[in-house]
Amino acid sequence: MFETIRQIFIMSGLEELTAGHLVMWLIAAGLFYLAIKKQYEPLLLLPIAFGILITNIPVTGLMEEGHGLIWRFYHYGIDWEVIPPLIFLGLGALTDFGPVIANPKTLLLGAGAQVGVYITFFAALLLGFDVTEAATIGIIGGADGPTTIYVGSKLAPHLIGATAVAAYSYMALVPIIQPPIMKALTTENERKIKMTRLRPVSKLEKILFPIVTTVVITLIVPDSAALMSMFMLGNLFREAGVVKRLTEAAQNELMNIVTIFLGISVGATMTAENFLHPKVIFIFILGLVAFAISTVCGVLLAKLMNLFLKQKINPLIGAAGVSAVPMAARVVHKVGSEANRQNYLLMFAMGPNVAGVIGTVVAAGIFISLLQ
Amino acid sequence: MGKLLAPMVGKVIDIKVKEGDTINVDDVVMVVESMKMETPIYATESGTVKELKVNVGDSINEEDVIAIIE
Repeated sequence: MFETIRQIFIMSGLEELTAGHLVMWLIAAGLFYLAIKKQYEPLLLLPIAFGILITNIPVTGLMEEGHGLIWRFYHYGIDWEVIPPLIFLGLGALTDFGPVIANPKTLLLGAGAQVGVYITFFAALLLGFDVTEAATIGIIGGADGPTTIYVGSKLAPHLIGATAVAAYSYMALVPIIQPPIMKALTTENERKIKMTRLRPVSKLEKILFPIVTTVVITLIVPDSAALMSMFMLGNLFREAGVVKRLTEAAQNELMNIVTIFLGISVGATMTAENFLHPKVIFIFILGLVAFAISTVCGVLLAKLMNLFLKQKINPLIGAAGVSAVPMAARVVHKVGSEANRQNYLLMFAMGPNVAGVIGTVVAAGIFISLLQ
Repeated sequence: MGKLLAPMVGKVIDIKVKEGDTINVDDVVMVVESMKMETPIYATESGTVKELKVNVGDSINEEDVIAIIE
């Protein structure tokens, strides 16, 4: 009788359970709380938290190479670089490039907000991360989850879990991190600036935009092709207007399905031995710094542009240069609306927002081609 | 008599006023979903809602007339 109980104990995971596992359970519990109670990016944080929990239950073999269920999701979805581009397909199908086409100057703001990526890259190098790790951490400054995961899978697979959680946490915290920075750098009158559409954009322009952009950007930065081509294909679906079913599938069903596999796989990379490491604390701090610097540079660049522009832009839209789509644009819209209710900055902020995505993808492509 | 124009593209998900209602500048007239988020559309002038030009579920484009205010 006693012997049988002992056998069951040995077969179970209990004997293998370590303090590290328990710490990871607490982290999972914290993320459950943020996702369910606080509703911070629940679509991502909930599956991520569950992935963390089950990957830290010993002996299950769920992440065992070649066999485990979640290992397969991870391997074929993320290692094979399938899921992040599919998310981009959906984002492309959601984005209206009209305001960008009407006012291409706002694209520059997306470039300004990439400064944080590079500053953080060098800061991480100084702190002793190797060059591929530093690149992966720097990309957090672009606040772009799929791109962060994509770069991580190519350059520093052992950091994917931590960098992805950092990137998604900061994206969830965009409404908390950005507004104080935006308000500190602008005056009430600047925030009140109302933006008007510069000119109508024809359907032909909207259809040509994704096609021409794909050719130009993938010719210049071939390593951005996977993300950029899917992004623009989604947008072409939308603007062509003849494949409504495909547009809606990309925006909704497909995006939801891959989000499930992305979340649980990313969470499952956060095993106790990978995550409980002093480096991870630095990743979170550096990620926050990267994100804040990107916001500052975006707003300052917008103010700089206003010195030369006749028709002033609202400097708040510079903050949307970080590529958290469409979260950053939404924050811009809200802060602008607080200053002046008749201010609808959303689609104007989508310009720098999308340029930020392109900028981050290009930065990612450059890192990958130089470092891989 | 004034026209309330749609300030941006989106889909009407809620209309907060009825024809005949009296509204003031900055009152919420309707809620529009765009880029998967909800944005209130505020009145640009005070008056009586003479006519609503859209229904819940309609897609609107920038500068479409969405209501007539008198």
